[in-house]
Amino acid sequence: MQRIGVFVCHCGSNIAATVDVKKVVELVRYEPGVVFADDYMYMCSEAGQEKIIEAIKENKLTGLVICSCSPRMHEKTFRACAEKAGLNPYMVEIANIREQCSWIHKDREEATEKAVILARAAIAKVNLNTPLQEGESPVIKRALVIGGGIAGIQTALDIADAGYPVDIVEREPSIGGRMSQFDKTFPTLDCASCILTPKMVEVNQHPNITLYTYSEVEGVAGYVGNFEVQIKKKARSVDMAACTGCGECQAKCPLGKMGKIPSEFDRGLKNRPAIYMPFAQAVPAVPVIDRENCTYFKTGKCGVCAKICPSKAINYEQEDEIVTEKYGAIVVATGFDIINLDKYGEYAYNESPDVITSIELERLMNAAGPTGGHLERMSDHKQPKDIVFIQCVGSRCDDEKGKPYCSKVCCMYTAKHAMLIKDHWPDTNVTVFYIDVRTPGKNFDEFYRRAVEQYHVNYIKGQVGKVIPQPDGSLMVQGVDLLDNKQIMKKTDMVVLAAAIEPNKGVRKIATMLTASIDNNDFLTEAHAKLRPVESPTAGIFLSGMAQGPKDIPETVSQAGAAAVKVVGLLAKDKLKTNPCTAKCDPMFCNGCSTCANVCPYGAITYEDQLVRGPGVNETRRVAIVNNALCQGCGACTTACPSGAMDLQGFSNRQITTEVDAICQ
Amino acid sequence: MKYSYYPGCTLKNKAQDLDRYARLSAAALGFELEEIPEWQCCGGVYPLGTDEIATKLSSVRALNHAKEQGQDLITLCTACHHVLKRVNDDMKNNEDISTRANNYMQLDEPYKGETSVKHFLEVLRDEIGFDELKSKVVKPLEGKKIGAYYGCLVLRPGKILEFDDPENPKIMEDFIRALGGEPVIYPYRNECCGAYTSLKDGGISQERTKLIFDSSSGFGADMLITACPLCMYNLNKSEADSKVPVYYFTELLAEALGVKEGE
Repeated sequence: MQRIGVFVCHCGSNIAATVDVKKVVELVRYEPGVVFADDYMYMCSEAGQEKIIEAIKENKLTGLVICSCSPRMHEKTFRACAEKAGLNPYMVEIANIREQCSWIHKDREEATEKAVILARAAIAKVNLNTPLQEGESPVIKRALVIGGGIAGIQTALDIADAGYPVDIVEREPSIGGRMSQFDKTFPTLDCASCILTPKMVEVNQHPNITLYTYSEVEGVAGYVGNFEVQIKKKARSVDMAACTGCGECQAKCPLGKMGKIPSEFDRGLKNRPAIYMPFAQAVPAVPVIDRENCTYFKTGKCGVCAKICPSKAINYEQEDEIVTEKYGAIVVATGFDIINLDKYGEYAYNESPDVITSIELERLMNAAGPTGGHLERMSDHKQPKDIVFIQCVGSRCDDEKGKPYCSKVCCMYTAKHAMLIKDHWPDTNVTVFYIDVRTPGKNFDEFYRRAVEQYHVNYIKGQVGKVIPQPDGSLMVQGVDLLDNKQIMKKTDMVVLAAAIEPNKGVRKIATMLTASIDNNDFLTEAHAKLRPVESPTAGIFLSGMAQGPKDIPETVSQAGAAAVKVVGLLAKDKLKTNPCTAKCDPMFCNGCSTCANVCPYGAITYEDQLVRGPGVNETRRVAIVNNALCQGCGACTTACPSGAMDLQGFSNRQITTEVDAICQ
Repeated sequence: MKYSYYPGCTLKNKAQDLDRYARLSAAALGFELEEIPEWQCCGGVYPLGTDEIATKLSSVRALNHAKEQGQDLITLCTACHHVLKRVNDDMKNNEDISTRANNYMQLDEPYKGETSVKHFLEVLRDEIGFDELKSKVVKPLEGKKIGAYYGCLVLRPGKILEFDDPENPKIMEDFIRALGGEPVIYPYRNECCGAYTSLKDGGISQERTKLIFDSSSGFGADMLITACPLCMYNLNKSEADSKVPVYYFTELLAEALGVKEGE
């Protein structure tokens, strides 16, 4: 018989305001097995834990039930506390009377009754608990970073500098990500490529970093410390070892002059050849052939690039290659894009070439951009004399057309754009329509105020209803000035839309492969919004950059560093403790039917011939064996097993039915 | 194919062309418009008051008649379409209005918004298909630059009307293309013409229609088409210098199908 202690937490007023804690203690005191019951203001505090340790020793407790918050919050804390007092940590059960009771109920009597029921179920379970021993699994000392933008680059550099090998997988032909498209950065106005390019080069030359560009993650197996990842290296059609990056092929590609393929890097404002590097400072400086557009791949004719390549690096026969590599930790740094603007017909983005997005403006103002840094209208190549910026296009949106969140960076980059335009071309009239100007951040508000006070950018509080292209080629902006309570009809030459930010489209596929959770907006979810912001709830998966939520470059770099520290902390360990709550097969009942192996998502079940001895049985037969290192304790096999041979340690069929019985009493 | 047809009052007097050419075209395209017997005026404006059901009952009668016939309900006038579609939505999704209307109507079986309300243009797009329509055109409107004028009633509120993207519609442009004409896309095609304000104050609709004509002519339209008798009225009253002729879309349809001079 167990000797169980029940500890009911007030959690300040979080639980005690809705649940009559004293009454719970009184009602569970005489449950079978319970020899001790008490309550305390904060069970998780040091004093609370001391109370538990003392009670274990004084009452010779063999099992604990803690009625408190969700086990996700403090199960670890209380298990460690039990271990301190010499108890096996798996003899502790949590009855969640906060998230699943006090927080969601209003009626004190009903909530108290429910708390008692939850406690009874946990007590019934502890009566059947047995001590479990944690196993150990080795840690592979190599990390994978998915995404080669500033987030991925910084994470990889920090891990590599700590002495661990890192691989970066980047989908595009070059690393650099969004930041490489930008012109200047706020609030210091230093040039984006001047601060990014050295980091790209450092990544390329770092002895601990391996780059897989033009590559994608195809499959992920394993678990924390021991992931096995398949990486698809898409055929570049160029031999990376032979290519010198001279650029001859790009210059001579006949499709380059025909102007049929819009450059992804220049957001369609410029065209590119079929063999191309996205931009001049690309890393690696090796072009790829876009096989969908290349004449040779479409018709078998042409082959100009192969003929003129001085180092004979063109290889049309190259095939996609799958590389399999093992990692201890994986960082997701897949970044962002802006939303598609098809649903925003009122801003005439699809109708007028002079209505552009902010990223397109970055390219137009970039000295290496399609116009050589000269700001011009795409329709007639004239310099605009009047520019209107529209904020929150799809951000802070209250219907499904846009996103409910603030994209966070638009207020600052628009102030930057406005100032840069005024600085280069002081005669230009610049107007910004905004809902609110949000500039929290070091030197951010000062930056915005400079745009207003020093550069006289015209900020209008109010939204734009419609952008109306005029027959003469100009644009009419119909908006409202909320402070003046006036309708505005403003003629302008160019409209720039601050389109909402969203996670990169590929993140869903990657999150599914990693079993990393994402939120309603496809941003990756943190293990804890405040206390574990760079970890995914899935062990061994870490988050970096915009994939987790909108953030600017300094924040991204900080988060990248934080993720790297977490990865290094994991890789520094030689072994990890494994969860002992794994499946176990009772060979007495197993007939080797293979049902369990068929449902196991982790490939943890194999079969072997074993001598089975018992009352009336003495034979050698095929039975299931569970690999404890691979088993994640999901329980799929226990429900699938037709003969009841599979059971989950710590969550046995008997324990669960007893819990249910206790609830239904 | 047979549809229940709700013409509405205007189509019986001021907008007879809209009705007549639609019937001729429907016959040419092989579907039948069966006019609902003893239909009553829809009220012309969707009543926003939620405490009053009387103004919605004529629509419910028409909708229920179509339901009893097992037919979709077809409209032409955008104002009628707007009213019928929104009342139908109320009967389907607004329990309070639906219960009170049914209590009053005492139908054999309560009406719960079962009827599908379709605008004539939607029938062309979704049932006939613009490709099929194109193949039936005998006199294509070649060389004609036509601006579609949608107005607002048929587009908004977008979630209930479900007609097309209210900010960037294309059904009428596709219709023009099917007839062999060249659609002219201009930004004012989904803006209001001034609607009923012209009854009280002509100034607003003069201002609005001038913007519409300036914009459409500016982008090269030789003519406009509309599905709305109220828009037609306001556009015709316009004193804009840039004014171009305005036709009901059904007139061009009948012309292209070669049935304009029919019975």
